[in-house]
Amino acid sequence: MNCVVTGGNVKVLAKAIHSLSRIGDELYLEPQEGGLALRSVNSSRSAYACFLFSPLFFSRYTSPCGQAFRCKMSIKCVQAVFRSLSSLEKTVEKCHIELDGDKSRLTFTLHCKHGLLKTHNLSFQDSESLLAVFDKDSCSNVLRAQPRLLVDTVLHFPPALEEVTLSVSGERVWFRNHLEDEPEQSKAMLTELCLSSDEFDHFAIGAQSSITFCLKELRGLLVFAESTGLPISVHFDQPGSPVVLSVTDSVLEVNFVLATLSDDSNLRNHNNNSTKRAQSPPPPDDFMNDDIDSYLIAMETSDLAGPPDAVAPRQQTSSRTPTTQPPVADHRRESEEEEEEEEDTERPPNKKFRSLFFGSVCPNDSQLTNQTMKSQEVLASDSEDDTQSGCP
Amino acid sequence: MSLSTQSQMVEDNYVLVASLDNVRNLSNILKAITFKDHAIFNATPNGLKVTVEDSKCLQANAFIQAEIFQEFTIKEESVGFQVNLTVLLDCLTIFGGSTVAGVTTALRMCYNGYGYPLTLFLEEGGVVTVCKINTQEPEEPIDFEFCSTNVTNKVILQSESLKEAFSELDMTSEVLQITMSPSQPYFRLSTFGNSGNAHYDYPKDSDMMELFQCSETQTNRYKMSLLKPSTKALALSCKVSVRTDSRGFLSLQYLVRNDDRQICFVEYYCCPDEEVDEE
Repeated sequence: MNCVVTGGNVKVLAKAIHSLSRIGDELYLEPQEGGLALRSVNSSRSAYACFLFSPLFFSRYTSPCGQAFRCKMSIKCVQAVFRSLSSLEKTVEKCHIELDGDKSRLTFTLHCKHGLLKTHNLSFQDSESLLAVFDKDSCSNVLRAQPRLLVDTVLHFPPALEEVTLSVSGERVWFRNHLEDEPEQSKAMLTELCLSSDEFDHFAIGAQSSITFCLKELRGLLVFAESTGLPISVHFDQPGSPVVLSVTDSVLEVNFVLATLSDDSNLRNHNNNSTKRAQSPPPPDDFMNDDIDSYLIAMETSDLAGPPDAVAPRQQTSSRTPTTQPPVADHRRESEEEEEEEEDTERPPNKKFRSLFFGSVCPNDSQLTNQTMKSQEVLASDSEDDTQSGCP
Repeated sequence: MSLSTQSQMVEDNYVLVASLDNVRNLSNILKAITFKDHAIFNATPNGLKVTVEDSKCLQANAFIQAEIFQEFTIKEESVGFQVNLTVLLDCLTIFGGSTVAGVTTALRMCYNGYGYPLTLFLEEGGVVTVCKINTQEPEEPIDFEFCSTNVTNKVILQSESLKEAFSELDMTSEVLQITMSPSQPYFRLSTFGNSGNAHYDYPKDSDMMELFQCSETQTNRYKMSLLKPSTKALALSCKVSVRTDSRGFLSLQYLVRNDDRQICFVEYYCCPDEEVDEE
């Protein structure tokens, strides 16, 4: 691969890399016929992002002929190439990216003002293809807004907030902080913003729904969208199925796929089989792990669950409002404990987020078991401190 | 500046008296060489030279000419002492080192000779603080024998362009490699870090290059940890001269303008890390 980025596009590329660094530790780079794809996934595989820069984005673009080539590298190293983001626009005139497969070297050459030439030779590893399986066209709800609207909305949430809940109903959209396991009730604070449909460029709600996802990645995308001034589309369905945030332009396409908190009551029964019923004492962990019966029960009941339209509002009333917080808070605290206990012993079966549905892990499931089978639950994506390495 | 009469009574005993209307003219330049506690002071009628060393591989000198001081009286040919630089800087900035225009701290620095403490009178807004810092036996600074006749390569750059490079340098690299050559790549800074290597090339005809005098290709490596303190001097400076001699020793000279637009110099000498075959 050999390509040249000039002028303002250098900053777009740099911003994209900084956005991706909010997702995962590794950058997956795949030069294709249709452009250069930069991807990242978080260690728990609950968040995935892909930037596809079309050949027109570049002043010159040649993709490798012959077999496909893919590689990955530490995203920090690539970030270091574009370290001074603020001065980038003023100093860098041209960026030349060259991939030398034989030498296993990715070279970024920045042609700067005053003739200064910065060359970064980065080593990389070969990698599998990283592709999230998602279909945003099948989502029943689509919102599109200018980045400013979402930036202003997100601004009201504290920086430490991990998850945000997005609810749609009729002509309104609500954003509220997802109440975590706040041990002290008095400290719990609910922030809620209500946006009217006419604030959005596009507002198509097929089914009222309420989804909870991580704010960190959304913030990452917002930084990018704001700097490019491109509108953000949000495609989503019911809780538990991924939300797709996308930014498209004639020369680039960005998709952030984030897992949403799956909190239909059936699944929660399965997740916390005994904790939910016996609220007070935390159960021993080994009991949690081999409770297959309740797992099966959960599968059955999930089949019997009503249509999503019916499920969503019920959840809202049962678990979202601050007045009915105690069960939620307890449940959350306990599931946190589970997480800590189980991380050592087993691949995590009972976690709050469903993973994204990567081609490799997603079997061609039948209609009926769809929901539960898909729920290859993995660690929550909510922070970068996950200890797992999480390679594909 | 009105100081207590008591100090003036004994002033006759001082071998060195130096006063400044704005203490920042001294403190800023001392900050540029603060990487070890002990600083060797050497005063001559020409001014003050302050030396800090590390591991016998790195030496930094700050020169503050006599003209910078409003008063500079020295009764001997040369006066030497050693003090703890961190303590001295704490004293010099005892009023908070305010950067508000018009508010300056005045300094009167007196030294009574061998065995006596260094006495500082600092005054700001009518408040006077007297600090006495114990002096130590002055050590002999290392002579790096860096002499201009042995200089093989020399470039003078505007600091702005080097600041950018130094702020971005890959600190996971143990060494900074400097290549100077009459042909390409002319002047190159290289790092070899965990993620790969990086090169910064400055062409000899760049606007940032004020002087380019390279007679032969030289590639030398210097420990990043040793060079890191020099970024403090770089940050203050407006021009920097990079020189290497035939042994590969590095001299970095920084031209620093103080608040009153007067010129001072800071100089760093650094030993090469190892011999590198020319590639």
